[in-house]
Amino acid sequence: MTARIVPLAEAVAELVHDGDTVALEGFTHLIPVAAGQEIIRQGLRGLTLVRMTPDIVYDQLIGAGCAARLVFSWAGNPGVGSLHRFRDAVQNSWPAPLEIEEHSHAGMANRYVAGASGLPFAVLRGYLGTDLSEHTATIAPIRCPFTGETLTAVPALNPDVGIVHAQRADRHGNVQYWGITGVHKEVVLASARSLVTVEELVDELTPVPGAVVLPGWALTRVSVVPGGAHPSYAMGYSDRDNDYYQAWDAISRDRQSFQEWLAGVKA
Amino acid sequence: MTWSADEMMTVAAARVLRGDSRCFVGIGLPSTAANLARRTHAPDLVLVYESGTIGAKPDRLPLSIGDGVLAETADAVVSVPEMFNYWLQPGRIGIGFLGAAQIDRYANINTTVIGDDYAGPRVRLPGAGGAPEIAASCGEVIVVVRQSARTFVDRVDFVTSVGHGKGPGDRERLGLRGRGPVLVITDLGVLEPDPDDRELTLTRVHPGVTAEQAVAATGWPLRVAATMTTTEPPSEAELTALRALTGSQETT
Repeated sequence: MTARIVPLAEAVAELVHDGDTVALEGFTHLIPVAAGQEIIRQGLRGLTLVRMTPDIVYDQLIGAGCAARLVFSWAGNPGVGSLHRFRDAVQNSWPAPLEIEEHSHAGMANRYVAGASGLPFAVLRGYLGTDLSEHTATIAPIRCPFTGETLTAVPALNPDVGIVHAQRADRHGNVQYWGITGVHKEVVLASARSLVTVEELVDELTPVPGAVVLPGWALTRVSVVPGGAHPSYAMGYSDRDNDYYQAWDAISRDRQSFQEWLAGVKA
Repeated sequence: MTWSADEMMTVAAARVLRGDSRCFVGIGLPSTAANLARRTHAPDLVLVYESGTIGAKPDRLPLSIGDGVLAETADAVVSVPEMFNYWLQPGRIGIGFLGAAQIDRYANINTTVIGDDYAGPRVRLPGAGGAPEIAASCGEVIVVVRQSARTFVDRVDFVTSVGHGKGPGDRERLGLRGRGPVLVITDLGVLEPDPDDRELTLTRVHPGVTAEQAVAATGWPLRVAATMTTTEPPSEAELTALRALTGSQETT
């Protein structure tokens, strides 16, 4: 083992600090849920949480009081309905007020692209005519210097910490993942520090069609956490636990049942 | 066979998808309808989901746009930035299939907040997701939504995705590339933008529904076309395929 591969609790303690901007990504697939719950266990506070689709893992972090701000483009329990802890925070400031910065998926994806590219902003043809730009300071019109067309600029996202889950890593900390790859590469490369949790540690990475390999030197830490994406999934290792997504609706619906769940995580 | 209003809506939505067109699919009703179309009259329909799967051929209905079955059966799986930048933005996708929490007379869509106060909303909804760019960049947009005066409002509380703005010429002025919403399919019938002033007009009702019912379920004085048609009832084959697809899940 190299120093790059460490246990999850150690990696989170080392990389994530109160007040940090933290992005846990994974587009339905390969969501680093176990890492999110470790952040809850370590009692971190005042985080700016960044994620395109804050789903169950961010509902948990918000309900546990870890977050002060949320930067996002779609907050829901995918295929099920609302995120009740997120809604309670936005509508009733429980357990703490939650400031929001709201984008579209295309806007968020491009903010990560700019961050990974070392550029101050990205350009897209979007947002025009919507009310989003009125409420979000990080959406601004820009004129194309060549055609004169009006487009939208969004600033780069460069989190303090980027966290994703992947299928496997080798002993040098090179990480391989495949299937729905979301914004994994972008968030790892855009972040000052990064953590990848993996299903499995292998001697050598077997080539897989369509797989992405992130070289170990481009990451900060790797932790081996089998099942660390549950209830999301890791293609080739596990299936999405649709029943759990549906069960979360009842767990998260009121504060008391959520508190009971939270006590279980902290135990 | 008898059928529910939701089943009629889903079948009506599936029927408008033809041949080998490429369809950007949102989860829920649009996904059910698009999968039904692929299993009945349009086997070559290319289903595109924002999770990055292009040409998914799921044998069961996915609960989410990122279910493993979509990636396993897709022609290609691309990253999310690639999906939005290379495939959606330049107009490579012909049809966008969207739902709505609120929709107004110009087919502008709200999925962000209910209530006038963005910072202190009555109801906080999931937000934009991929919808604004789907609405802006697909060749045309089809909206599938249950009709009620609460959903069909005179003015949406928040424009998340632009339909026809405030009327003719608005999309062009904004530089939006696609034609925008061409059909709104509900559990009561079908609304289409007027060719001249773009206001949604009831052009069709489903079997057993009257124009008066549709007007009563709309929060503005809904226009009714001079010549109304009635939707063909769902065939047994359509209902069988739909129920096989949804299985124990609700058809919604």
